[in-house]
Amino acid sequence: MPDGSVGQAVKRREDRRFLTGKGRYVDDIHRPGELTAVFVRSPHAHATVKSVHIDAAMASPGVIDVFVGADMEQDSIGSLPCGWTVTDRHGEPHKSPPHFPLVRDKARYVGDHIAVVLAETLEQARDGAELVEVDYDELPANVEIVKAVGGPPLHEEAPDNLCYDWVLGDEAAVDEAFAKAHHITKLDLVNNRLIPNPMEPRAAIAEYDGGLDSYTLWSTSQNPHLLRLILSAFVTGIPETKLRIIAPDIGGGFGSKIYCYAEETVCLWASKRVGRPVRWTSDRSESFLADAHGRDHVTHVELAMNETGEFIGLKVATRANMGAYLSSFASSIPTYFYATLLAGQYRTPAIFCNVKAVFTNTAPVDAYRGAGRSEATYPLERIVEVAARELGMDPAEIRRKNFIRPDQFPYNTPVALTYDIGNYEASLDEAMRMINYRGFSGRKAESQARGKLRGIGFSAYIEACGIAPSSVVGSLGAGVGMWETAQVRFNATGTVSVLTGSHAHGQGHETTFSQIVSDTLGVPMENVEIVHGDTGQIPMAMGTYGSRSLAVGGSAIMRACGKIIDKGKKIAAHLLEASVEDIEFKDGNFTVAGTDRSKSMAEVAFTAYVPHNYPEDLEPGLDETAFYDPLNFTYPAGTHICEVEIDPETGVTEILDWVAVDDFGKVINPLIVEGQVHGGVAQGVGQAMLEHGIYDSGSGQLLTGSYMDYCMPRADDLPSFKVGMIETACAHNPLGVKGCGEVGAIAAPPALINAITDALGIMHLEMPATPEKVWRLAQTAAAE
Amino acid sequence: MHDFGYHRPTTLADAAAALESAEDGKLMAGGQTMIPTLKQRLAQPSDIVDLGAVEALTGIREEGGALAIGAMTTHAEVAASDLVKARIPALANLAGGIGDPQVRHRGTIGGSIANNDPAADYPAGCVGLGATIHTGKRQIAADDFFTGLFETALEENEIVTAVSFPLPGQAAYAKFPNPASRYAIVGVMVAQTGDSVRVAVTGAGPCVFRDRAIEAALSSNFSASAVGTSSADESALNSDIHASAEYRKHLIGVMAKRAVAAAGG
Repeated sequence: MPDGSVGQAVKRREDRRFLTGKGRYVDDIHRPGELTAVFVRSPHAHATVKSVHIDAAMASPGVIDVFVGADMEQDSIGSLPCGWTVTDRHGEPHKSPPHFPLVRDKARYVGDHIAVVLAETLEQARDGAELVEVDYDELPANVEIVKAVGGPPLHEEAPDNLCYDWVLGDEAAVDEAFAKAHHITKLDLVNNRLIPNPMEPRAAIAEYDGGLDSYTLWSTSQNPHLLRLILSAFVTGIPETKLRIIAPDIGGGFGSKIYCYAEETVCLWASKRVGRPVRWTSDRSESFLADAHGRDHVTHVELAMNETGEFIGLKVATRANMGAYLSSFASSIPTYFYATLLAGQYRTPAIFCNVKAVFTNTAPVDAYRGAGRSEATYPLERIVEVAARELGMDPAEIRRKNFIRPDQFPYNTPVALTYDIGNYEASLDEAMRMINYRGFSGRKAESQARGKLRGIGFSAYIEACGIAPSSVVGSLGAGVGMWETAQVRFNATGTVSVLTGSHAHGQGHETTFSQIVSDTLGVPMENVEIVHGDTGQIPMAMGTYGSRSLAVGGSAIMRACGKIIDKGKKIAAHLLEASVEDIEFKDGNFTVAGTDRSKSMAEVAFTAYVPHNYPEDLEPGLDETAFYDPLNFTYPAGTHICEVEIDPETGVTEILDWVAVDDFGKVINPLIVEGQVHGGVAQGVGQAMLEHGIYDSGSGQLLTGSYMDYCMPRADDLPSFKVGMIETACAHNPLGVKGCGEVGAIAAPPALINAITDALGIMHLEMPATPEKVWRLAQTAAAE
Repeated sequence: MHDFGYHRPTTLADAAAALESAEDGKLMAGGQTMIPTLKQRLAQPSDIVDLGAVEALTGIREEGGALAIGAMTTHAEVAASDLVKARIPALANLAGGIGDPQVRHRGTIGGSIANNDPAADYPAGCVGLGATIHTGKRQIAADDFFTGLFETALEENEIVTAVSFPLPGQAAYAKFPNPASRYAIVGVMVAQTGDSVRVAVTGAGPCVFRDRAIEAALSSNFSASAVGTSSADESALNSDIHASAEYRKHLIGVMAKRAVAAAGG
């Protein structure tokens, strides 16, 4: 088996350059004559901008120009659109108020974009920005979900601050189920706001070529083609032929680099206006203020059960924070990526969900690793746990009793999805074996003897990823399709360039995709080059989010490889004087069936480009493009179990053990997959115990605006993870793969909160479970 | 950052002169607070006098029953010093728990105490161990040195040269770190020397303070079970999104208990 074979734990090819400082990120790129942009941001959560005085800034050394919203309006630069229209329960489209890159009337959150200063150097631009004088009329502000409706209005278009009131599911069927329920469990919970914090902050460099009347934008984007589509079609009017977007090495995204942001839009526009390249790199403080945040839900959930503990109905009411403006895909996250997942792994026959999305004076909220599905798994896996405690059932057994069984696939849920395949009991059993569930009571007693409280928590999650069938998302309001592209281009000497529409910003595509191509075409991995992140090189593409790179982008690569093999057979048949039907392709060789006569892939590729002896009716070249539109979402699922120990004296929770047993379908590179599980769980632990984006309810200031106050997970917060896998191959894509990038962040929060509440002997506590919260509850528990 | 004049003297006299002649000069030791403050444009000194090349401010010596640590000694040097580890292991542990490795290799004891961050570790180390702060002009008892939030007894242009720590009988430092910043939410240094017990608390209030109730309790019985509860006035303690005053007060007792246990009491 060659080293690059699918299924082998190949070390990441890209790590040599990343680990030796040879990566090339947007901020590493410099253009001749470039200016640096610094944004003047609103210090107020809500304020009318009466006037902006730029004279002093303009006179400051090195400052070339200062622009405000009116300047962009003059050049007909439009609003940053939301690319997904949600239809509310009355059949009306959601409220989508304008979101101008530089504000035209008022500031709506702390960090909102008032003006931009362009100067020869960063320090000069900062000096200039300090000299821009803005006259504000402060307005009452609101940052809280529960006070949004009827609070100070942010937009004329949504006077009650309601973006939409949306429903999914059969309300009458759910009411009927609740009417005959033997037991109903109820829970109120908050899904805390998170601030993404990729290691590399956002950055942009825009350059206008007056000769060609065209632009190049280097951007920290997870999806350069999608960004180009938005900027061309909706914001600037620059034709796609005149706009090249390059997203080179990118240091993490987690969703926050999907969107079309104000800063890169301003740089793009200003580069023509001033006739010089314009660069901007966010500092960490700006990242906290102005990157799209994640989560931020308030939810009430009720679960109805019969006498035996079977789930017969689920009712969910959620209020979701959109922030001050609708980010690019904000509306879809608490709807189609949320309510559709509320069946989880269970046969619950009737489910109804109502979501009210509101505007508040906070940074926009959009997809963040696990997006929507994490928010769905949390109330579901929490209420299942609480139900088990109320009914005196074992948390594993209540789940097992309600699982969709392997013989029920494909399974139609009452919330619009069709699960293709799965085996939930297998992952539960394996996780219980790995954590030695039977030994837990002994371990708990041992902890108790040391004055510590031990708890165990389950999370049996499902997610829908590999997004998504274009016809399905189109019918639900998406403004785009969600296919992917790949071009497999042999060079004359047998090396292969693979141009993929997927974008790697930490995922290891250069390794995983190379393994696929090496395995499929029988060429050594070192002869395969993966090219991504450039609209100038790669056919129209959709990019990376929603754990789609392998399932959708990888499938496109497989399809292109299939075309290469088909064409190669024709060339080989000609060279071997055989009929095409008799040619077999295996391990990089085209062989006449039943003989030892064969041609290698390299020989065939050479012939394709030096076609001296070649089929008459065949085009030269060996270069194939394919598009792949998935037939369904993919449904990774599994069980995570964690064990914690609480020190009741301080409230400190230590995670002692973590078992993750996931079904990702076929695994191409177990090393990369395991790394994705580790990273995802770390982020889930962050949400459950450490991270919380907090705005001051009075002033609207972001209180957690730096690492002094916003707590990221660190290595010493985490145990050594035990990762297990079971495999049911995805039934509808050529690789049989499902996607693994988000599951940790989806599975982890309820597992941890279930474990902590188990240790404390309580039903619920809100995330993040900080030491003080846990300490207070431990005191109460001890007093009872 | 804004522009400033930069000076790197090699003697204390030159450092003092550079400071005197500057319009609004600031001393820089390890720069672990100064540099971020400058980068965020929160300070605009006319001149920075970098003490990094002043030989006289370095070194760790044992003299007269005390350890004298030069003001420019980094936290990493204190943590790794065989002399400190042998004579006052509590101090080596304290220094080894400050910030992260990068901070410990740049940050200095003199810079830390002159800044007097309310959540810094060294103020508790100095007060708890009954240290004496040496400056170019005089000696100041640690009890008198830390006067308030980011305030010290240092006069204008007075330079800390060294800190001397009398060797304690038993001592230990216990810290409850802020999960985000890893500064102390509560840090307690407990030291027993002869009949005297000192208990110094950082992080809990606006400035390091001695907890007299715990000191009294431990003076008659130096054991973890004797610690009892803190006498701190809850209304004077810090309260923020990470920890309420009530929780901080509780943690003073817990950390004191753990420090006593670690000290062998």
